[in-house]
This record gives sequence, structure tokens and C-alpha cells, in this order.
Amino acid sequence: MIVEIGHFALILAFVVSLFQAIVPVWGAVRHDGALVRLAPRAALLQFALVIVSFASLTNAYLNSDFSVANVFQNSHTLKPLIYKWSGVWGNHEGSMLLWVLILALFGAAVALFSRRLPDDMLGVTLAVQSMIAAAFMAFLIFTSNPFLRLANPPFEGRDLNPVLQDPGLAIHPPLLYLGYVGFSIVFSFAAAALILGRVDAAFARMVRPWTLVAWIALTLGIAMGSYWAYYELGWGGYWFWDPVENASLMPWLTGTALLHSAIVMEKREALKIWTILLAVITFSLSLLGTFLVRSGVLTSVHAFAVDPERGLFILFILILFIGGSFALFALRANAMRAGTLFSPVSREGALVFNNLFLSVAALAVFIGTLYPLLLEALTGAKISVGAPFFNLTAVPLMIPLFMAIPVGQKLAWKRGDLAGAMSRLWWVLALAVGAVAGVASIVSGGPAMALAGVALGLFLVLGALDELLERATRGGWERFFPRLFAIPRSNVAMALAHAGVGLMVLGISATAFEKEKVVSVKAGETITVGDYSLTLNGLTTQTGPNYNALVARFVLRDGTGVVAELNPAKRVYVGRQMPTSEVARHRAGLSEVYLAIGETSGGDRVDLRAYYKPYVLLIWLGPVLMAIGGLLSLSDRRLRVGVPRRARMGMPQGSPAE
Amino acid sequence: MRTLLASLALLVWLSPALAVKPEEQLADPALETRAREISAGIRCLVCQNQSIDDSDASLAQDLRRLVRERVKAGDSDQAVRDFLVARYGEFVLLKPSFNARNLVLWGLPLAALLIGGVAAFRLFGRRRTEESEISEDGPPEKLSPDEQAELDRLLRQDQLGQKRA
Repeated sequence: MIVEIGHFALILAFVVSLFQAIVPVWGAVRHDGALVRLAPRAALLQFALVIVSFASLTNAYLNSDFSVANVFQNSHTLKPLIYKWSGVWGNHEGSMLLWVLILALFGAAVALFSRRLPDDMLGVTLAVQSMIAAAFMAFLIFTSNPFLRLANPPFEGRDLNPVLQDPGLAIHPPLLYLGYVGFSIVFSFAAAALILGRVDAAFARMVRPWTLVAWIALTLGIAMGSYWAYYELGWGGYWFWDPVENASLMPWLTGTALLHSAIVMEKREALKIWTILLAVITFSLSLLGTFLVRSGVLTSVHAFAVDPERGLFILFILILFIGGSFALFALRANAMRAGTLFSPVSREGALVFNNLFLSVAALAVFIGTLYPLLLEALTGAKISVGAPFFNLTAVPLMIPLFMAIPVGQKLAWKRGDLAGAMSRLWWVLALAVGAVAGVASIVSGGPAMALAGVALGLFLVLGALDELLERATRGGWERFFPRLFAIPRSNVAMALAHAGVGLMVLGISATAFEKEKVVSVKAGETITVGDYSLTLNGLTTQTGPNYNALVARFVLRDGTGVVAELNPAKRVYVGRQMPTSEVARHRAGLSEVYLAIGETSGGDRVDLRAYYKPYVLLIWLGPVLMAIGGLLSLSDRRLRVGVPRRARMGMPQGSPAE
Repeated sequence: MRTLLASLALLVWLSPALAVKPEEQLADPALETRAREISAGIRCLVCQNQSIDDSDASLAQDLRRLVRERVKAGDSDQAVRDFLVARYGEFVLLKPSFNARNLVLWGLPLAALLIGGVAAFRLFGRRRTEESEISEDGPPEKLSPDEQAELDRLLRQDQLGQKRA
């Protein structure tokens, strides 16, 4: 019964979304404020209905209701509670329901928190958001219904894919989707601004908090997924340039560009056309990612052709929204006026530089991801585009971008003073290079590229600290602390986020110094990894809630004695009889010792892959610091100062340029 | 993450583990390092975007053995790759070769950087001349009739607003 309520709520939400997509636009065209003002209420109602729908599916999972096909295929009575929860979005139908939930969430959030917006702007934005929601609800209801029942309910379910049974994965998809789908609201704002002909600084100010929210979630979501891959997949990698990863990286790159260009638009009324275009492109890339992941086109072009229903539906949505928004953009772009003047050496100039490199990097990822698909579809030829391609295209583009960060953040608006900015940065750069040279002479060198990477990372971190230091010591040291705490939050946020980039660069560069050993170890034997020694005490079996495991018991010693007991394991899950590897890790500061086991033989011998990974945790701490910077920026006063109320419902007498 | 979303979507088979097995490794560390580097650029043909160095599939294991045999036999890195391409086609290379067919793939990012760079500089160039006109050639231009009308309208609105307030 509860399942049917959920099913019905979803259908009702679809009806509400159609209403919300049409009526406010009609109201805006007819200058009927009453119709326009229905939009926020519809958005809240739609959200409430989707929550009911989502909750009822969750309830079916928690109660292991195997009469629901979706629950039967993805759950198991023995599964721990947390994975019964996360199982809701651990499958195609459920994750699309989460998509819709987040679409509705952003609509409702704008309805609640953006009351200062002019009514027509709010109404049309929510209408566009609802058009997207309606399209995806139709997709759910007609092709991917999670509420379908089975005529003869089985006693036991098929269980969730064991690699997905991990706490990291319980929160990774919602975070990622919050980012991915969050850019929908930025898209809706952009479409509304185009429709109403109000592309101005006020628009940049309105969308900035929403761009930030989506960007923060996407940053954390990608970092979380990368960290999960690191500890779950068992070979210590953290980024594979897989199409599915690229699908989330592309909107992140353009979203980051958008975050920066919106600042120029807000402060200087420049880059308006470009900013709107980025807003449209970013969500278009989110849609493209959904198409790539959901249609099966990645496995092979042929798999897509065999069962095209879902893929074609999403492709249709993709074409509708991307085509529609670009057509709208083409109609309106001419009406947008160029902004104010600035010299290439200025904050604006630096942000243009940022946008150029981020966008080209996004394009490189885009072409690398889609080229093999296009080539196969058009000519039948099969090629592979993997990590080496991206390491030669997208990665080198990041280097000039990162080198420019400390310089860019020092330049003044409109016309900067490069010599002045560099006068302090030479010291920062000298310090970074000196530190690397010092360390390199102690640890007897290392790959030159990696050393250069460490220097770049230090340059970024020290450059960010110097930014704060300079502001705090302007006019002498005597009022250091009062000045330090008086630095505007947005400046502290910028310094933190850029320092986060530096930490990430340090972590990635440090992987060149890792130690790896692949050996077969017998009980009682001792091996060395880096400065550590590792002894196998023996193999034992262990029974978990829904799996059986074979555990290797290692003792880890450093120069002073025993530091940890490490128990990497192999698990076989009862439900799917599928083996997985559980790595064991020992953290020392920001570095890790990382063990994964493979085949065993004779009851006392095991294949072991052991790593010493120096400063590896920086790879994920960097993005976390970026996200903290984002959160701080979100709390800046400037963002809470909304658009003046006087503009409310002031339908301009002269209608916007057509 | 790749496996996460991929398996969410496709439920691909994922086996645990080690990829390179202890007994596969070459005794000579220099040759082994070379074999690892070559392997990292060779696609496991039955996997989704995994190199044979990362994969546990038995085919990947066979290919790793093959790479090591060729390396041991004294082949250069390129000769090993050519050997594999001759056998399995270009699909086996994770780094597509530079040829006419892949011109768009390799050329597009570079072309975009150049075109984007030129566009950005033209943006500055135009702005700079406008700016110098303003600063050097005397007072700014007078408002066009359109602009004057817009200004009047805005001023009127403003007065209206103040009266209401």
C-alpha cells in the first residue's frame, strides 16, 4: 500500500511539475502577477510529493519488501541497515528518483530562500526548473519505474553489488548528484534571464550562491568518489579518466569557470554573454553525463542500439534542453551589451585566463570521452582513449592555470600592477623552489616533473598564505590580529580554496615517490616497504553479517617497533557469491601504508601488494579545503544582500529587447 | 568512482585484487619497470577502460605475460606496442596514435586554446583602443538619443519610487 502511495505521489508530482512549468510563464507573458506567484507554492508542493515518493521507496527497502521488483533486485534481508538505505540509490531507477528529488529540492530551496527576487524572475526560473523535473519524472514513470510490483514475491532478494556496500558509497551519490543536478537551478536562472532579457550584474549576484552550493557538493562528491576508488578497488589508484569519472569532471571544470566568470559579471558587468553561456553549458554537461552513464552507450555503441528505449528518452531530453537553451541564447545574445573596460593585466584579465584554460580542459575531456563513441558510430572503427590521452591534454592545461593563481589573486580590478604583484611573489616562489631543492638533496632527488609539481604546490599554498599575510600587515605589524580578522570572508575563502588546489597538487606530485611491492608472502615471513617492515602472522577466516572473509594478519613495524596490526581481507558476499578485496591501511601523518591481498595458496601463503604512499591524503584534503573555501564564501555578507525589492514585479514598460 | 557509477548503471563484474601477480614479474627491475609502463598504456580488451596493468581479467594476465616476453626478448617499447596493435588492432592502445583519423581528437583542444586565446586578446585589444579614445581624445562621446531616452526614463522611475516611498 505504501509503495502505491509513493507511486501515486510521483505521478501527482509530475502533474504539478507540468502546471509549474507552464502557468508562471503564461503569467509572465500576460503580465498576470497572480499566476506568476503560484510558482513558489507549486515548487514546494512538488518537492513535498517527491519526498513522499522517495520515502515510500526507502520504506520498501528498509522493510525488505521483495514484492517490489527494484527492491528484490538490489537488496537482501541480511544487508546492514545503512546499505538498505543506500541501496535505494544504488541502482538505475532509484538513482533517477534521487535525481528528481534533488531537482525538486533546488526548486523548493529557491522558492524559500530567494524571496527577494523580482516575482517574474522567480516565477520563470522555477518554471524552467520544473520543465526539467517534468522531463525526468516522465522518464522515471514511463521507462524506469522503481515502484513496479512482482506477481510472485520471492523470499530473498538478489543483494546490492558488494563493491557498493561501503559507507563512502552511502553518501557519495547524493553528494555528487547534489552538485551535478544543482547546476540545473543555475541553468534555470540563466534561461529565465534570457527569456526576460535581464542579463546583468543582479543576475550574477542571484546565481552565485546557487553556483557555489552546487560546486561545493560536486567538489566533495568527486573527491569522495576518488577516495572510495582508492581504498575499495585495491590498487591504490585515485583517478582513472574513466568516461563515468569524466562525466562528473566536465561540469566541475565549467562550473569552476562559471564561479569565476560570475565574479567578473557581478563586479564589473563584463563577460555577460560568456557567463550565461557557461551556465547553460555546465548543466548541459550534467545532462550529457547522465546520458552517458544511464544509456549504456559507454559499454558499447551496440549495447545502446539493442535496448535504446531509456537511452533515446534521455537523448531526447538532452536535445530538447540543450537545443532549446542554445536557441534562446542565440536569439538574445545580440541584445546583451558589452561590459566595462579592463586591461589584460588585471583581476578580470586573470579570470579570463582562468576561464580559457578551464574551458579548454573541459573540451579536451569532452572530446576524449566522446570521440571513440562518435568514431565507432560513424565509421565502425574502434579506438580507445584512456589516461595517456588526458595526461597529455587536460593535465598540461592545468599547469599554466595553477601557476597563474597566486599572481591573479594579487592583481587589482580593471588595471593591475604586475610588477607590484610579483615583487612579493618572487620571495614566495624562491621559498617554494628552495624548499624543494633542500628536500631533494636530502631524499636524493626524484623525477624532475614530480619535483616541479611539489614546487608548484608549495607556490600555491604559500601564495595563498601570503595573500592573507599581506592584507594583515598592510601598514605594519602592530595591528596584525585585528587586521587579520577583519579580512573580508570572500578573500579568506579565495585564499583557502586556492591553498586547497596547492595541497592537491602536492598530493598528486607525491605519488611519484611512492614505494610499491608485489610479492608472495608465507606465514612468518617478513618483507620491507619503504622504511617499514611487514610480517605475516597467518591467515584466518571471519564471518560478517552478509559475507565470509579470509583475513591475512600482518604486523607492521617501523624503526622503533610495532606500529600497527593490518588485516587486509578477501570477502565473498552471500547474496551474489561475488568476491571483493578489503584493503588494510595504516595512516602516519598524511602518508599511508596500504595493503591488498590476492590469491592464497596452501593455507599459509598469500599474494600481497604493499605500498608506502607519502602524503597521499593531500589529494583529498585539497578538495575538502576548496569546499571549505566555498562554504566560507557562501557565508559572505555580500551574498545575503539581495536584489533591491523595488524591482519586484516591475514588468519593464518597454519589453525586453527581442 | 568509475566503477561505482559504472556498476550502478551496468553492474559490471568487478573482481578484487592485485592485477600484476608476484610470479609474473621479471627478475630484472629495469625490464619490469619498462613492462609496467608499457602495460599501463595497453587496454584490457574485455574490460571497461582498464589497462592490463590494473585488470584482473585472465586476458589481461595473458597480455601482461606477452608484454614481458617481448620486453625480455629485447624488443623496444614501440616494438612491443606495434606487435600488440598488429594482433589486436588500435583498440588495444589507451593512447590513440597521432594520425589523420585522430586529427580532430588531438587537434581540437589545441585549436580551441589558440582560438580562445586569440579571442581573449582581441577582447583586450578592442577594450584598450576604446579606453585610449576616452582618456586621450578628450571628453567621452555624447549620449546617443537612445541612451538619453533610457536615462530619462530611469530618472523618472527613480523619482516616482521616491515619491511612493
